[in-house]
Amino acid sequence: MTWSSTFVAALKENDVRLVAYVPDNVLTPLIEGITADNYFISIGATREDEAIGVVAGAWMGGMKGVILMQTSGFALIANALASLVVPSQIPAIMVVSERGTMGEFNIGQTYVARTMRPVLDALAISHHTLTDEATMPFVVDRSIKQAITTQAPVAFILSPLLTGGNPASQTKLAKN
Amino acid sequence: MSTNSKVLNRADLTKRLVGKLKHDEAVVAGIGNANFDLFAAGHRPQNFYMLGSMGLACPIALGVAIAQPERGVIALEGDGSILMALGCLATIATVAPRNLTIVIWDNGIYQITGKQAAATKGVTDIVAVARGAGIANASWVKDEKHFDELIDRRFDTGGPILLAVKIDDRPGVGKTIRDPALIRNRFMKGLGTGRGGPLDA
Repeated sequence: MTWSSTFVAALKENDVRLVAYVPDNVLTPLIEGITADNYFISIGATREDEAIGVVAGAWMGGMKGVILMQTSGFALIANALASLVVPSQIPAIMVVSERGTMGEFNIGQTYVARTMRPVLDALAISHHTLTDEATMPFVVDRSIKQAITTQAPVAFILSPLLTGGNPASQTKLAKN
Repeated sequence: MSTNSKVLNRADLTKRLVGKLKHDEAVVAGIGNANFDLFAAGHRPQNFYMLGSMGLACPIALGVAIAQPERGVIALEGDGSILMALGCLATIATVAPRNLTIVIWDNGIYQITGKQAAATKGVTDIVAVARGAGIANASWVKDEKHFDELIDRRFDTGGPILLAVKIDDRPGVGKTIRDPALIRNRFMKGLGTGRGGPLDA
């Protein structure tokens, strides 16, 4: 099992059928796995806060959903989390592929990445950094169930330790 | 943007719309005056009042429409709010939910923050934007009679549809209860998805 197929299995196991995403290089295998599977309804959103709105609406309509985004996309959604998801007690499930660390070549990504965990902590949103395939199924399955049961959002941060990071970084990092 | 449309009143038209709803249609009203006037038109369990997240009325309504394809879903949104989230019109056009109707209240100003001019006061035509995004069934409402004709239909089919209405600058007339968890819970009960059980007895 790859990390992406493990994640797809966890979503199915928990009846999470709606996937709203903004594309990202690292997320590509996960997005491809989902869009190729008729179990899922996948929505390509133009912005990450739009994806949050779609998943929030679907939850209220009785369909569980997940939002896929990159770190820079997470930086767009603080208002949607603080003024919709958290006070309304909506179990939005978020997957963030982590850039800005362990071999980042874009300086802007390094700064935006540093805003992510402080925002999650400020809003007391549970978040788990996934680093290896062995523990990932347990963490994801239990945390999705906890989010639904307690009506609270959860974020899964996909570390480069799990995904291998951005494939472009190898060629773009300086050689000393 | 000047049109040949008569300037109408949001509270009046919201009441006309709510009066037409016979099939427990979901109505998602955007932050500020759009939801104040929906609240004033008479509470329905299928109403969702946004107290934040400006610009997300249409995405939230899209989510409801996807989850409940047999239910008509209506988004009520201001021009300033939709200008903040124009991309969602492209998403809605792409998903093309037949049970989604969008109403844009366009007074050309950010009424609630001090009547500052919006782009819609000058050059931006929301109907043209919607059509360009791919929502072919988008139109300006000419007058009250035209509005009544356009909403005299089932809302669970024929969409996505966008109606833009030129409105006056009067503030909203209602005061929405400021309790997001309660609003969300009531809305879910109205959609048949809420918790409750013995607590509802």
